[in-house]
Amino acid sequence: MPNWPPPVDDRLLSLDAARTPTLYAGRDRESGRLSYPPPADDERYALEPLPREGTLWSWTVQRFRPKAPPYAGPEAFEPYAVGYVALGDTLIVEGRLTGAPLDGYRIDMPMVLTTERFERADGVVQTTFAFTPQEQAA
Amino acid sequence: MSSVHIIGAGIHRFGRTPQRTGLQQGAYAVRQALAAAGLDWRDMQFAYGGSDAAGKADTMVSELGLTGIQFINVANGCATGGSAMFGAYATIKSGEFDLGIAVGFDKHPRGAFDPRPAEWGLPDWYGDTGLMLTTQFFAMKIQRYMAMHGITAPTLAAVAEKAFDNGTLADHAWRREPVDAATILAAPMVSDPLTKFMFCSPAEGAVALIFASERKARELGLPSVTLRAAAVRSRPPGSFEVFSPALEVERGPSPTVIASRAAFEMAGVGPEDIQVAQLQDTESGAEIMHMAENGFCRDGEQEALIAEGATRIGGRLPVNTDGGCLACGEPIGASGLRQVYENYKQLTGQAGARQVPGDPRLAYSHVYGAPGVSAIAIVER
Repeated sequence: MPNWPPPVDDRLLSLDAARTPTLYAGRDRESGRLSYPPPADDERYALEPLPREGTLWSWTVQRFRPKAPPYAGPEAFEPYAVGYVALGDTLIVEGRLTGAPLDGYRIDMPMVLTTERFERADGVVQTTFAFTPQEQAA
Repeated sequence: MSSVHIIGAGIHRFGRTPQRTGLQQGAYAVRQALAAAGLDWRDMQFAYGGSDAAGKADTMVSELGLTGIQFINVANGCATGGSAMFGAYATIKSGEFDLGIAVGFDKHPRGAFDPRPAEWGLPDWYGDTGLMLTTQFFAMKIQRYMAMHGITAPTLAAVAEKAFDNGTLADHAWRREPVDAATILAAPMVSDPLTKFMFCSPAEGAVALIFASERKARELGLPSVTLRAAAVRSRPPGSFEVFSPALEVERGPSPTVIASRAAFEMAGVGPEDIQVAQLQDTESGAEIMHMAENGFCRDGEQEALIAEGATRIGGRLPVNTDGGCLACGEPIGASGLRQVYENYKQLTGQAGARQVPGDPRLAYSHVYGAPGVSAIAIVER
């Protein structure tokens, strides 16, 4: 297996051999409710993969570098889009958006899960998740 | 059970005051309120006070006087001021005491808030990757609302323009210069669709309100308003709140909707009876959405209401008559009490150049914040 940067969180995000990402939620074994991000308590929650495809529920653009901490991204700041994507009848999940111009996102646009390289200011490189317009996905 | 009356109000101007700590601004507001009412700190039987980021309220007794007063600190995030007021309300209503004070103050550093994920029960990656910003939440809430209900960007600008116009008329406001709608629209985006003039900024300031029982209020004979309702509510299932990595597919009402209903029920009045309103305006879209969430119009009607000037001073329902958070800035612990201060001034005819005409009798205030809490107060002259 090639040496890809590790996910920002092992329980949240996995990558298969083809680098296809999967996001996970935790299903409460008693109530059946989904929790996201998945809680660490394995006794109470079973990890469950979320659908990869959905529609854009809302979006915005982060135009200034967030305060650090908590932000751990690079010093050199590039604005990025952020949105909520409704993943079928599971959850509406928040993430970075990629693959379209910053003003190119529209509510109800079909979106699909993808990965993004996340270079931290401390030099560590990780893989995070993002959503991209479906027609953009290769 | 006594009815609850506000018989005095004091404020330390909002904005930036480098020479005073937040606590000192709080004590300043207390002294202003006492002076306005002709009362002494020794007359106060109880106090509720709090700040989000500027220290422990009860330490101000060392400046105000060591009277042995029952002083309870309140820390309830964005509802700190509203919760302090709720404490005073319940204390008077129960008959425990006759006369006391609620004080809220704050002093935040410049720029956006910088929360720590662990304090909000969230994993580090959420903050690391740049998703943990209040500004993103407000932008995405209004972005969707605009698409669903036909609200346009010029309406966002009109709300901010009104705020700055009203701020020019309020001595305690931070922003005292008008900014026209075209400038507001053309300003740099902070988080689309919101430009920099559409967001309030973390700031400083303090407010103190003096509460009295019916008997005490009558004895003192001061200009006063009756607190007809005070309600604080946390979030119900399906609400959209700040710092949410995911939302439920089944959407529900906001904490504002349930707090508002509770307050109207307590007061025995409806939205149509309110003559002046102070609504949480963290950004201009929030004021628009909160008009509907508090029951003052249906979703989408804001577009026409704002265009016809209904929310301006002199309009059908003046909103944020002192410029709200947009013109005053947001010292978290003080904002909720500032709204009630403004309503007290309006109902007692002391609002000067920003006085709402027509001798208003009934006023409404609404403060909202993270992680999904709303506090409502309805006051009547």
